Amino acid sequence: MPFRPRDRDWHPRPLDPQYRTSITRSPSQPLLRIDQTASELTGPVFTASDIGPLDHDLLANHGDGNPIGERIVVHGRVTDEDGRAVPHTLVEIWQANAGGRYRHHIDGYLAPLDPNFGGCGRVLTDAQGHYSFRTVKPGAYPWPNGPNTWRPAHIHFSLFGTAFAQRLVTQMYFEGDPLVPRCPIVSTIPDPRAIDLLIAPLDMDAATPFDHLAYRFDIVLRGRDSTPFENRMEGN
Amino acid sequence: MKETPSQTAGPFLHIGLAPQVAGVEGVRDLGTQIIAPDTPGERIRIDGIIRDGAGDPVKDAMIEVWQADASGSHDPGLWGRISADFATGEWSFETIKPGAGQGAAPHLTLYILARGINIGLHTRLYFADEDNAADPVLARVPEPRRATLIAREKGGAYRFEIVLQGADETVFFDA
Ligand SMILES: [Fe+3]
Repeated sequence: MPFRPRDRDWHPRPLDPQYRTSITRSPSQPLLRIDQTASELTGPVFTASDIGPLDHDLLANHGDGNPIGERIVVHGRVTDEDGRAVPHTLVEIWQANAGGRYRHHIDGYLAPLDPNFGGCGRVLTDAQGHYSFRTVKPGAYPWPNGPNTWRPAHIHFSLFGTAFAQRLVTQMYFEGDPLVPRCPIVSTIPDPRAIDLLIAPLDMDAATPFDHLAYRFDIVLRGRDSTPFENRMEGN
Repeated sequence: MKETPSQTAGPFLHIGLAPQVAGVEGVRDLGTQIIAPDTPGERIRIDGIIRDGAGDPVKDAMIEVWQADASGSHDPGLWGRISADFATGEWSFETIKPGAGQGAAPHLTLYILARGINIGLHTRLYFADEDNAADPVLARVPEPRRATLIAREKGGAYRFEIVLQGADETVFFDA
C-alpha cells in the first residue's frame, strides 16, 4: 500500500528569504508528483550489528570521562500518522556540545570543544517504536545569517522508517527556549502547530534523581494511504 | 496525527550521518560502501557535483543512494552515503549497475541533504546507455527536462551534475 501524500504546506517552505542559504539552494520548479514505485516503497534495513555498544550514549561514546553540561535523556516513540509503532528503525542524532560548539572541522565558533563529547548518536527503536539517548543539553550558537542570529538549543534527528518514502530529517527543540520563536530556520515552518511538534517537553517522570533530566520527543512518520485506489483523484 | 515536519540537516550533518568524515571518533560510519566485494553486477563509478542557483558547488552536501540490485530487485536493495568534497564539492562513488525492474528502467534513487535544503530533495539517476523509453517516471517528466536525470559516460565513469535551482534545474520528485 502506498504512503499518503506528503502535506507540503505543513513542512517548511523550501525557499524562505529569512533563511539566507535557502535562497540559492531551493528548487524554483515545483516538485514533480509521481506514483510510488518499488524504489519509494522499500528502503534500507538496519540491524543491531550496525549499532555500536555506546552509540546510544553520548555521555560515554567519546573520550575517557564525562562531558561538561546538563545531563539529559532524550526519549520518545516513533509512530506513523495512524499511530502505529515503527519498530526497529534507525534513529540517528547529532548535536553541539554544552557550549554550542560542534565537533566538525568546519565549525569555527569560539566556544571550546569538549574532549569528552563527540555529538553523534544512533539507536534502533524497540518493538513498540521507543528510542532513548543519554546526552548533554546542547548550547545555543551564533551563525552567519543576519547580523545577530542564534540557533536555539537543538538536536538534529534522522529517521528512515520502513521505506524511502518515509525518510525524515528534522530537529528537536527544548520546551521554554526563548530563541525558538526568533529562529529563521524554525520559522521556515509556516504552521505554529507543526512547530509545536518539534518542541520536546521536560519529562520529569523519566528523569533520574541526582543524575539526569529528561525530555520527550515523539516522532511521526508518513502513514499508509487508506483511500481505495479507484477513488483517488488523478495525480494523487 | 500529522507527520513531524522536516528541518534542514544543516552544515554539520556529517557528525551524525558520517562521523568519520566530520572527524568524530568513537562512532563508525554507515553506508560507506554501497556494494560488498562479492555483490554481483557490473561495477560502475559515478561522479558529479551539486550546484546551487548561483552556479556555486555545494560543498557541504550529502547524497544518499538507494537502488535495486543487478536483478532489478530492492530486496534487500543497496544503500550508501556519499559526502561532497569540502574543498571542491565533487563527489564520486562506486556501485553496480542496477537491473531493470517492474517496467522501470535501471535507475538510482538519490536523496540530497545540505544546509539550506529545508526538506530533503528526492531525484533519480538514469543511464544514457540504457533503454529508458518505457520508464513510467521519465515519461512524466517534460521532455526538455529529462536530460537532467540522465548520467552520461565520460572518462570511464558516469557523470551526473545536480543543479538545485535555475535554468538547468534537476527534476525533483514528490512521491
Ligand atoms: Fe545545528
